[in-house]
Amino acid sequence: MNTKPQPALPLDPERYELRAPASYVFESNRREFFKFLGAGVFIACASSKASAFQESGGGRRNSEELPKEIDAWLHIGEDGGITVFTGKVEVGQNIRTSLTQAVAEELNVPVHSIRLVMGDTQLVPFDMGTFGSRTTPVMNLQLRRVSAAARDALVDLAAKQWGVDRARLTTSDGQVFDPQTKRSLPYAQIVKGQQITQMLPAEDPLIPASDWKIAGRSLPKVNGRDFVTGKHRYPSDQTLPGMLYGKVARPTAFNATLVSAETQAAEQLPGVMVVRDGNFLGVAAPTSRIAEQALSLIHLQWKAEPQPSKAELFEYLKKNQSPREDRDEGPVAKKGDVPKALAAAAHKVQQTYNINYIAHAPLEPRAALAEWNGDQLNVWTGTQRPFGVRGELATAFHLPEDKVRVFMPDTGAAYGGKHTGDAAIEAARLARAARKPVKVVWTREEEFTWAYFRPAGVIEVTSGVDAGGKITAWEFHNYNSGSAGIPTYYDIPNQLIEFHPVKSPLRQGSYRGLAATANHFAREVHMDELAHVVGVDPLEFRVKNLREERLRDVFVKGAEKFGWSKPKPKNHGYGVGGGYEKLGYVATFVEVAVDRGTGDVKIERVLTAFDCGAIVNPDGLRNQLIGANIMALGGALFEAVEFENGRILNNHFASYRVPRFRDLPPMDAFLLDRKDEPSVGAGEAPIVGLAPAIANAVFDVVGVRLRGMPLGPLLVSHGYQFA
Amino acid sequence: MASMKLAINGRTYNLDADPDATLLSVLREQLDLTGSKYGCGEGQCGACTVLVDGKARRACQMPVSTVADKSIVTIEGLTKGDDLHPVQQAFLDEGAMQCAYCTSGMIMSAVSLLNFKPNPSEKEIADYMQGNICRCGTQPRIVEAIRKAAAAMRGAGS
Repeated sequence: MNTKPQPALPLDPERYELRAPASYVFESNRREFFKFLGAGVFIACASSKASAFQESGGGRRNSEELPKEIDAWLHIGEDGGITVFTGKVEVGQNIRTSLTQAVAEELNVPVHSIRLVMGDTQLVPFDMGTFGSRTTPVMNLQLRRVSAAARDALVDLAAKQWGVDRARLTTSDGQVFDPQTKRSLPYAQIVKGQQITQMLPAEDPLIPASDWKIAGRSLPKVNGRDFVTGKHRYPSDQTLPGMLYGKVARPTAFNATLVSAETQAAEQLPGVMVVRDGNFLGVAAPTSRIAEQALSLIHLQWKAEPQPSKAELFEYLKKNQSPREDRDEGPVAKKGDVPKALAAAAHKVQQTYNINYIAHAPLEPRAALAEWNGDQLNVWTGTQRPFGVRGELATAFHLPEDKVRVFMPDTGAAYGGKHTGDAAIEAARLARAARKPVKVVWTREEEFTWAYFRPAGVIEVTSGVDAGGKITAWEFHNYNSGSAGIPTYYDIPNQLIEFHPVKSPLRQGSYRGLAATANHFAREVHMDELAHVVGVDPLEFRVKNLREERLRDVFVKGAEKFGWSKPKPKNHGYGVGGGYEKLGYVATFVEVAVDRGTGDVKIERVLTAFDCGAIVNPDGLRNQLIGANIMALGGALFEAVEFENGRILNNHFASYRVPRFRDLPPMDAFLLDRKDEPSVGAGEAPIVGLAPAIANAVFDVVGVRLRGMPLGPLLVSHGYQFA
Repeated sequence: MASMKLAINGRTYNLDADPDATLLSVLREQLDLTGSKYGCGEGQCGACTVLVDGKARRACQMPVSTVADKSIVTIEGLTKGDDLHPVQQAFLDEGAMQCAYCTSGMIMSAVSLLNFKPNPSEKEIADYMQGNICRCGTQPRIVEAIRKAAAAMRGAGS
């Protein structure tokens, strides 16, 4: 391998919604598999503890049982079709395409011969979930390794068949080729009649990124045609014969208790069934309209306790830290002597930054279809954690996990918002009572209310800088929003960085980039404040305090591309924000213009420079990067969850504003393709730079410092508004 | 329930439906035409957009009884045999999708726009598409796809 070893990508601790069982056991056996697939070559990939599975006989095994700890596998059928099994799922990040490229590259087969089975808990190896930008650094690499092993197995078989030395054989386009005899043998022919399992060798020579022919190039969404024709069936499109439509009664406030329910009128509607089980009350009906009518006829009494409201949110977060003894972690960083360094600093800056709750609002709301066959439960649902949802269902219904099968059709987005199995459990509960399949699709209002949110937070920063513009002290406290992206990548000798968990007033969980957006916002705005205090250009100030070469590169090369040092037009301002997140390096540059007459502040253009190692699919990467910036625009400018005493007040698209066509400034991507570095994820990191870059650009031209997200209402309080 | 006739994608469907049920729920639940999506049920996101007599309409806002005598086209009805509509082709060519849940509605809105405005400016496209939400952030590609489709359709028509 010519590539550098993969840096570690630890799990973020603040994934409150995660309850993944630590099970790595694969339940199916090989016989079941071949029933599904037919004969062929079966390649299992055991990467994490590969040595444990190495058996005598060149790593090849023919026993009935599959190894228990496996990360991915692949099957080559007698028809030449390649089937790849992965626990990763497709929610729009286009990994079905990028993973296909990885397999095509290493196995030397055409893209169209590859089919990915994703997120079907019966068929794919355990995977804790599709989050944390782990697909590219982890699964892409694993599939490359498993594909390379498969290619070796095919060459072995061909060499044996021809009775020649395997070293002289090559592969291309789904065939093994012998350059001496000019013979070739299609993979499909090689595997005819074979049933073998090839274990993954501990080390594979993978094709270096600089030699990639299929990976490293733009490939359109592999099943794109199914989407532009409406043929693809999302979770909410799934049907089964005799299926009913389910609806669930929602409390009047969070954490309310169901006191009483009058259901007789609803139960008299044709085909309607009402289920009450503790706090759960739902209906199932032959059409969604009858289900809605039935629900509207049910009179419910709920009992709720008073709860904090948005008006007192930031004060509440500061005052309601979890008790110290409940926490398992101390400060994220503690070095040097911060108080001493602050006392000695030439300039000291102390500021507070407030971050509001925001919603994911995936366009496809939570949806699930459930059916029971005896005590076997099958559920089709949109989730980033099929195995997590399997575990939730097993717990909810007191079933062993092997009695639950979760299918995950390519889903209408998630952004970190679909880690839990709420709709799956609801559909399964109704289906069990109805003895028929039941589909539950959340309404938009339910999605805005009963899903979880990106955490709100208060961030306090105190810093000191010396007369030469070097930062000497950095104290950073984050209340509630989380610790992702909280360490500073600037070179500062004295640091105290701490995350303070709080009992959140609203249900909160993962979101694209997690708290990295909040932490980058506070840090990068604060950097601008420091630069201003010492009178140094904000970009120069960052570079002066940076050692990390790849991060300097995105700042410096991005600035060149943006034209940072060129004179600004009158009434225009520049701002920058960037950092390091999920192994990617990002810097976003923004130009704004102010109309002094009207007070309109317009974002003129955005450029994001990004380094995620060797690029697997440049067009797919651009799509993700621009998409992340557009999503970031909502949280930066106007998105905020309004809530009062346990109720969400803006739970419709009419009252919760998301970015639309007319909101979008020209946005550009500047990609630094590092073929000498491992490929890492790109779905999350590019979201972190935009908000601070806008805030800093506003300061540059208007002179107003915006210390919170969203920026829009803060700007209005200064007599300006975003146009 | 009332028996009614619906003209969808050039085909006549005879069915019994609740006249107050939305066109979207009838398409999805009774006719198994699931290409039109539920995104909000309030006419705010455009995922359910279909053509009614050639114009973009939010199927989630239309009682099915109001379209009984109209010509309805859904995403499933745009393809001619194996040939994609130029707007579908342009969305594919531009990679104008991520999760693609909004794609049906985007394409139907775009077809409607190009029906009466064959050469829209970038601003006119943004104005017309303002009611369609893409949460993945593919709007710039969608604008580009609509421009390409417009050019292709003008070329084919001339």
